Amino acid sequence: MPASAFWAIFDTEGLWQIISLSLGVSLTASALASLAGVSLGSVLAVCSFPGRRLFVILTNAFLGLPPVVVGLTLYLLLSRSGPLAVTGLLFTPEAMVLAQFVLATPIVTAFVHRAVETAWGRYGGALMVDGASRLRAVPHLLAVERIPVLVAILAGFGRTVSEVGAILIVGGNIAGYTRTMTTAIVLETSKGNLSLALGLGFVLIGVSIAVSAAIFALGMRGGRWWW
Amino acid sequence: MVRAVLVIALAATIFSHHPGHAADQPPAQSIMLASTTSVDNSGLLGHILPLFTKETGITVRVLAQGTGQALATAAHGDADLVLVHDPEAEQKFMTEGHGVDRRQIAWNDFIVVGPRSDPAHIAGGHDAAAALTAIAEVRALFVSRGDNSGTDALEHRLWRAAEIDPAKTGGSSWYRDIGGGMGAALNTASAIGAYTLSDRGTWLSFGNKGGLAVLVEGDPRLLNRYDVILLDPKKHPEAKQEAARRLAEWLISPQGQDAINGFKIDGEQLFHPLAVSPK
Repeated sequence: MPASAFWAIFDTEGLWQIISLSLGVSLTASALASLAGVSLGSVLAVCSFPGRRLFVILTNAFLGLPPVVVGLTLYLLLSRSGPLAVTGLLFTPEAMVLAQFVLATPIVTAFVHRAVETAWGRYGGALMVDGASRLRAVPHLLAVERIPVLVAILAGFGRTVSEVGAILIVGGNIAGYTRTMTTAIVLETSKGNLSLALGLGFVLIGVSIAVSAAIFALGMRGGRWWW
Repeated sequence: MVRAVLVIALAATIFSHHPGHAADQPPAQSIMLASTTSVDNSGLLGHILPLFTKETGITVRVLAQGTGQALATAAHGDADLVLVHDPEAEQKFMTEGHGVDRRQIAWNDFIVVGPRSDPAHIAGGHDAAAALTAIAEVRALFVSRGDNSGTDALEHRLWRAAEIDPAKTGGSSWYRDIGGGMGAALNTASAIGAYTLSDRGTWLSFGNKGGLAVLVEGDPRLLNRYDVILLDPKKHPEAKQEAARRLAEWLISPQGQDAINGFKIDGEQLFHPLAVSPK
């Protein structure tokens, strides 16, 4: 790519807004997915209840949930002629958060379940002897499995920040409103501006590496203070 | 770990206060326009809509889809008005009671583009159906949108006029149905050296022409008219009728027509206002 084409990226109209919307949507979705996934994964690992196995199997099956199908399903639900029309969420950033939350939650849940289950097998007996209830053992288990759980959260973030199929359908790629890094790349490719599209891709990769590194570093430090 | 979640949540809160977020724009002041990629990707809407917004304070959010998908979005009630270019599909939309007040706002034309080597020898012609016949005869590569868009619909009408069914004439060996937008079709045609049918607006603003050139133009059948249609309040009471009507009326007003007339890329006019419309 010629150098001039690279610098043209920074002339892209609303580039910073596109980056901040991308990060805003993906971070919100992955924060919610992390809360839901860490809780669900832990409960699935330490508690036994009817249907638990089925739940675990479904969670693992949803690791490969196709984004376009999630997008299309949400579109039909949120459409003005759909059952959730009153929410008025279609073609908004909030709808994109919802779609990415649905995609990332199974990933965090499955990875956390796996990590906590291992720790439970190893230390569960000892923790129970100490008189802790199963759920009260969870923070200790998460502390032991800090790195795998952090990786689970990063995998969730990775899924959200790179995704395009679902947000294109429920967000609509509206300029200045629901256009993100990934949908902008699709758009510039379709306009034949291939080097600009590729440049935006590099910016996206750089931003996502920086954010992942920050989450990991802060998570590790936080772990040392809190546990 | 708990902290990692908190960090993400905090960052999310900071980033979610970006400009252009839902909370900053009262919904009454914005309308959803379902439109085609040709008027949006070419830059026309980006050129004229800010003028409308400045005049009226109404923000227009553009969904750039193919005509087929744009009409389907509107039929679901998910847009407040449409700007499309497929007379037959528009007629069906009107007949089904979804739309009112269909008005032409601009026009340009379609062109047949293809490799400069021109294996079917169609360059310089003014008969689109004859060009397609020549392409089919030598089985030269042809990229079809196959996405139910206005351009796709015209392509199928032209094949019917040529009395050829490409699917039954050697099928995918030369006729490539890519199921994508105009840009995707041009990217594909450029990559494999194929012919394709394009609207002039997308072509002129397209950045990856490669070895492609305009080969056939000037057939009256290649006229491309853009119409704006409002949603029928009886069927779609939730559509923002008043604001949508202001946009439709602005587009045919002297100000709107001037704005369309003034949009040029490298000195070339992409869309023509109604005043010079061929009858």
